[in-house]
Amino acid sequence: MTGKTLYDKIWDAHLVSTDENGEAILYIDLHLIHEVTTPQAFAGLKAAHRPVRRPARTLAVIDHNVPTEGQALGVSAIADPEARAQIEALERDVAQHGIEIFPLGDIRNGIVHVVGPEQGRTQPGMTIVCGDSHTSTHGAFGALAHGIGSSEVEHVLATQTLRQKKSKSMRVTFTGVAPPGVGPKDFALALIGKIGTAGGTGHVIEYAGEAISALSMEGRMTLCNMTIEAGARAGLIAPDEKTFAYLMGRPAAPKGGAWEMAFAHWKTLFSDPDARFDQELTIDVSQLAPMVTWGTSPQDVAPVTGSVPDPECLDADHAVNVRRALDYMGLEPGQRIDEAKIDRVFIGSCTNSRIEDLRAAAAIAEGRQVASHVRAMVVPGSGLVRAQAEEEGLDLIFRAAGFDWREPGCSMCLGMNPDRLAPGERCASTSNRNFEGRQGRGGRTHLMSPAMAAAAAIAGHIVDVREFL
Amino acid sequence: MKPFTTLTSKAAPLDVDNIDTDQIIPKQFLKTTERVGLAKGLFYDLRFDTEGQPKAGFVLDDPLFAGAGVLIAGDNFGCGSSREHAPWALMDFGVRCIISTSFADIFRSNSLQNGLLLITLPKAATKELMIEAKGGNHVFTVDLESQIVTAPSGKTYPFEIDPGARTKLLKGLDSIGETLGHASEIDSFEAKRGLDQPWLALA
Repeated sequence: MTGKTLYDKIWDAHLVSTDENGEAILYIDLHLIHEVTTPQAFAGLKAAHRPVRRPARTLAVIDHNVPTEGQALGVSAIADPEARAQIEALERDVAQHGIEIFPLGDIRNGIVHVVGPEQGRTQPGMTIVCGDSHTSTHGAFGALAHGIGSSEVEHVLATQTLRQKKSKSMRVTFTGVAPPGVGPKDFALALIGKIGTAGGTGHVIEYAGEAISALSMEGRMTLCNMTIEAGARAGLIAPDEKTFAYLMGRPAAPKGGAWEMAFAHWKTLFSDPDARFDQELTIDVSQLAPMVTWGTSPQDVAPVTGSVPDPECLDADHAVNVRRALDYMGLEPGQRIDEAKIDRVFIGSCTNSRIEDLRAAAAIAEGRQVASHVRAMVVPGSGLVRAQAEEEGLDLIFRAAGFDWREPGCSMCLGMNPDRLAPGERCASTSNRNFEGRQGRGGRTHLMSPAMAAAAAIAGHIVDVREFL
Repeated sequence: MKPFTTLTSKAAPLDVDNIDTDQIIPKQFLKTTERVGLAKGLFYDLRFDTEGQPKAGFVLDDPLFAGAGVLIAGDNFGCGSSREHAPWALMDFGVRCIISTSFADIFRSNSLQNGLLLITLPKAATKELMIEAKGGNHVFTVDLESQIVTAPSGKTYPFEIDPGARTKLLKGLDSIGETLGHASEIDSFEAKRGLDQPWLALA
């Protein structure tokens, strides 16, 4: 008998039942909800007169459509009536069902995938779902975590389970030592460039190797977060000493004897040496350069030292898609990536808004000035991240350099709030999606790491961060 | 959920790869608290200019394809955001079936929850179907019971589908109702978990 993968172990431990077609009922340990994908789920419960089965297993935050200023004034001060109504609906629904919520302006509130780990709600071996595709983030703790739609949110609220078929497994091993200026965002973009945005479809990806062990928890979250951009719903990293050290003492982490019991269990959460994966892939990070996207899909990526493709040199099917992307992005075939002049910089999102991300960006910004034609903003992932950054004086560094220091939320990653690009504006962004119109209709997004985005803000164009180290 | 058995309808070709859910339904339409009425936002940036005026040339607005219930799309349809507003908007517009070489996982689950049939076919087949669909005013038939797509030329394309998904679509089953039928198993699971992993137990 072959060994089990980490995915097998978590799956088996949550199996309530499996039907003749292989569809399982999987128990869900933690359900995170936010204002945008829940109103229809609560309406469905109401229409069917169904209660929430385990309200204490759900936590609500407010993040997707909130303004990144004036949060202390509360929900009633939000100018956009639709955003306000959606948040008020969530507040009403959670109050009715006895679900905990971190209100707007509460220091614990922030982006759902920053808050869960920060509070110690996210724990190894758990199953975690949320009506948001970047739920894959929580896999950094060795939790099986993925995004679901609103009907499934309703299903989890009503039953505390999810119906699902088991995915295939893929292991991506990152070997080597990352050169200066290269980090987890570059690992993720390099992987997506290699396998494509559908490369992981139908799979759960486990990340392994020395370059993963070397990553901080924040770095692992960045990598797992981007797993959905490779088409895989969930990313996984086996928990280790860094994971346990991160969790210890967090508000919702087990304490005392409970910690000892949990710790003993968590240490069993790894893929057995003889476990088999449906696919295996290795990437040597010592060969990577800082990565930047040039097109309208995260797979449209190149090293910052490279050029955008020339459709003339591609096969017909591929050329059609590249031409469409270059036309939207306003780039010339074959031009160097670092010649692209930028208008905006966004440092934030569930991918890159944690304290380490802000430190990396501040290290580049310190003592320098944002280019005069660039508007740059920093949006911390939560009230607690913001407070810690201020304690470390990072806000002063950003402000002195000419960055706008904002309040937490999803912000310009998806532009549901007032933070968005104007048509034609080009943005160096630490977020996760460069889709057409994602950051604002007609907006042009280049994905990159926080240090690369800070360097672009200073230079006024895309630039190799290694020139600033 | 409305059952899906057979569909006889026009098909519209959308020969673009990696259509993401941000394109299917942009952010400004996600502030609704309703499941219905989203057709107005479907492919909004492709169909309307910045002033909100209809743009010429988008296939679903071409009178030849009016009422098309089938969409034939490029690879990796529905990637990106988990927003269920994407299948809601497609269904609200009248799309009941999408044919592509592949679909993103979350979009697939969301579609199944709403009775939107997704058919995966090899590249050669989707190319032939797109060619047959061009020009509009043709009739395609999708038969889920026998798992066959019939093109206007009469050529047939058998397709594979997960048996559980097939049953769910044919019967229009309510997943929550089905799962609540397993309530006693969920109770036992919780009781056992409480003993095995007490740190996860709740008040």
